Amino acid sequence: MIRFNHVSKTYANGVVGLKDVTFQIPKGQFVFLTGHSGAGKSSILSLILAEQKPTEGEVRVSGYQIGKLTRHEIPRLRRRLGIVFQDFRLLEYHTVEENVAFALEVTGARRETIPNRAMRALTQVGLASKARAYPKELSGGEQQRVAIARALVNDPHILIADEPTGNLDERATRGVFQLLQEINAGGTVVVMATHNMELVRDTGYRTVELSGGRIVFDSGVDEEGATR
Amino acid sequence: MRHRTPLGEAAMTFKRTPLLSGLSIASIGFSLFTIGLFALVALNFRKALATLAERVEVVAFVLRGTPTETISQASQDISAFPEVLEVKFVNADQALSRARRELVEFKEAYRDLQVNPLPASFEVRLRPEFRDAEHAQAVAERLRGFPFVEDVRYGRDWVERLDRLRNMAAAVGAVIGLAFAAVAIVIIGVTIRITVLQRSKEISIMRLVGATNGYIRGPFLIEGAIKGVAGGILAIAMCWITFALFRRTTADTGATLVFFGTVQMVLIVVFGTTIGLGGSLLSVGRHLKNV
Repeated sequence: MIRFNHVSKTYANGVVGLKDVTFQIPKGQFVFLTGHSGAGKSSILSLILAEQKPTEGEVRVSGYQIGKLTRHEIPRLRRRLGIVFQDFRLLEYHTVEENVAFALEVTGARRETIPNRAMRALTQVGLASKARAYPKELSGGEQQRVAIARALVNDPHILIADEPTGNLDERATRGVFQLLQEINAGGTVVVMATHNMELVRDTGYRTVELSGGRIVFDSGVDEEGATR
Repeated sequence: MRHRTPLGEAAMTFKRTPLLSGLSIASIGFSLFTIGLFALVALNFRKALATLAERVEVVAFVLRGTPTETISQASQDISAFPEVLEVKFVNADQALSRARRELVEFKEAYRDLQVNPLPASFEVRLRPEFRDAEHAQAVAERLRGFPFVEDVRYGRDWVERLDRLRNMAAAVGAVIGLAFAAVAIVIIGVTIRITVLQRSKEISIMRLVGATNGYIRGPFLIEGAIKGVAGGILAIAMCWITFALFRRTTADTGATLVFFGTVQMVLIVVFGTTIGLGGSLLSVGRHLKNV
C-alpha cells in the first residue's frame, strides 16, 4: 500500500529531511512513526501526501508513484487518503456536519448522498448529536473526532495521523486512539506519527523510529529486512 | 445542512469579514475613481479640442468674374472630396455684408465703398476626423488646382498648433492613464492577496482533502468579480459627485462639461470586474503554489 525505496529528501534550503529510507506498509497495518522533532516523521508524511517529491528514490502510495504525479493526479491520490492533524484544522465558520460534508463536496460527491454520508461518519466517531455545533463549542478531543470523521467520510485506503493526540489530555487521547484502532480494524492502513511513547509501548503495533532522517528501528522487519 | 457552492462561499466571505470586504471594494473603488477622474478630465479636454477643431475651415477665394455655372460645378466637385463635410459659396455681396456686420471697428470704412473689394469664396468645412493640418493642407492644395481660385487660406499656424496640442494631450493622457491603472492594479492585487492569505488555512485544508485547484479558485474568482463590480459602481458614484460639485462651481463660466456615457460607465465596471477577477486569479494562483 505504501512503499519507500531508498528515499532521500533534501529541501531547497539544504536541510536534509530523509536519508536513504526504505520500508513498506502492507494493507491493513497500523504503524507508529516515532522520533524526536526533525527526525524525519513529517518528511515521510509529507511525501505520502504528495506535498513534496523525493529528491532520490521512489515513493509509491496506493498505486501512485509520488515523484511522477501530475498536477491533476494529486487531488485523486488525496481522495484515497484521510488526514488528521495535531491542530485539527477545522473550518471554524462551519458546523461540525458541514466540516465533514466539505470533504465530500470538494471531491464532487453526489449532493443528495452527502448529508447521510456525513452523518454516518459522525455516528462512527460518536458525535452525531453535535452535528449542528461549531468547532469552538467542542472540546479538543471532540474536535479531533470531527477531524477523524472528515478523514473517514471518503472511505480512505490510508489514514495519516500527524500527532493526533498531541493537543489532548489523557482521556481524550485514549478515546481518539481507540477510534483509530477501530478504523484500522475495518481494514484501513493507519500511519500515526507520535511522541507519545506510552501509547506506542502499550499497543504493540509496528513502530518505525527515525533519527536524523534515517530509520534507526523498525519493529516490523525481521533480521533479513523482510516486512513482517 | 448548507451546501457549499462557489457563490454561497463568496457571499459567506462578505458576511464573515465585512470590514476586509469593504476595504477591498473601497480600494478598487478609489483606484478606479482616480482613473475615472482622469478620464473625465481627458474626456472634457477632448471635447474642448473638438469644439476648437470645428473652426478648422479652408477658404478658397474665387477670381472676380468666374461664371456661375463654373461655381456651381466646382461646388459639387468640392463636396465630393472625402474630407469635406460642407461647402458654402459666399459671393462678394454676401462677403461685404458679413464684414459690415461682424467687423464693427471697420464699419465706417466699409460704408462708403464705391466698389466691393472683397472676393467671393468657397468656405469648406471638413469632417471631424480630417480637422488637422495634414488634411487641411491636402484640401487646400486641391483647391489651388482650380484655375479660378486666386488664393486659399486655412489658418495653417493655428491648425498646426491645435495638432500639437492634441498629440501632446494624447501622449500625456496615455502615460498618466497607464500609471494610474498600474497603481490601481497593484493596490487591488495587494488587497485581494490579504483576503486570500486570511483564508490560507481553509485553502490548505481543501487541498489536503483532495480539492482541485479549479474548485478552490471558484469562490475567490466570484468574490473578486463581485468586489470589482461594486468597486466600479462606487468609482462611478464618486466621479459623479465630484463632477456635479465641479459643474456647480463652474456654472457661471458658461463651460459645458460632459459626464461619461452609458458605454463608458459599463466599461469602468467591466474594467473593475476584470481587475477583481485578475487580482483574485493571480493571488490564489500564487498561493496555491505555496501550500
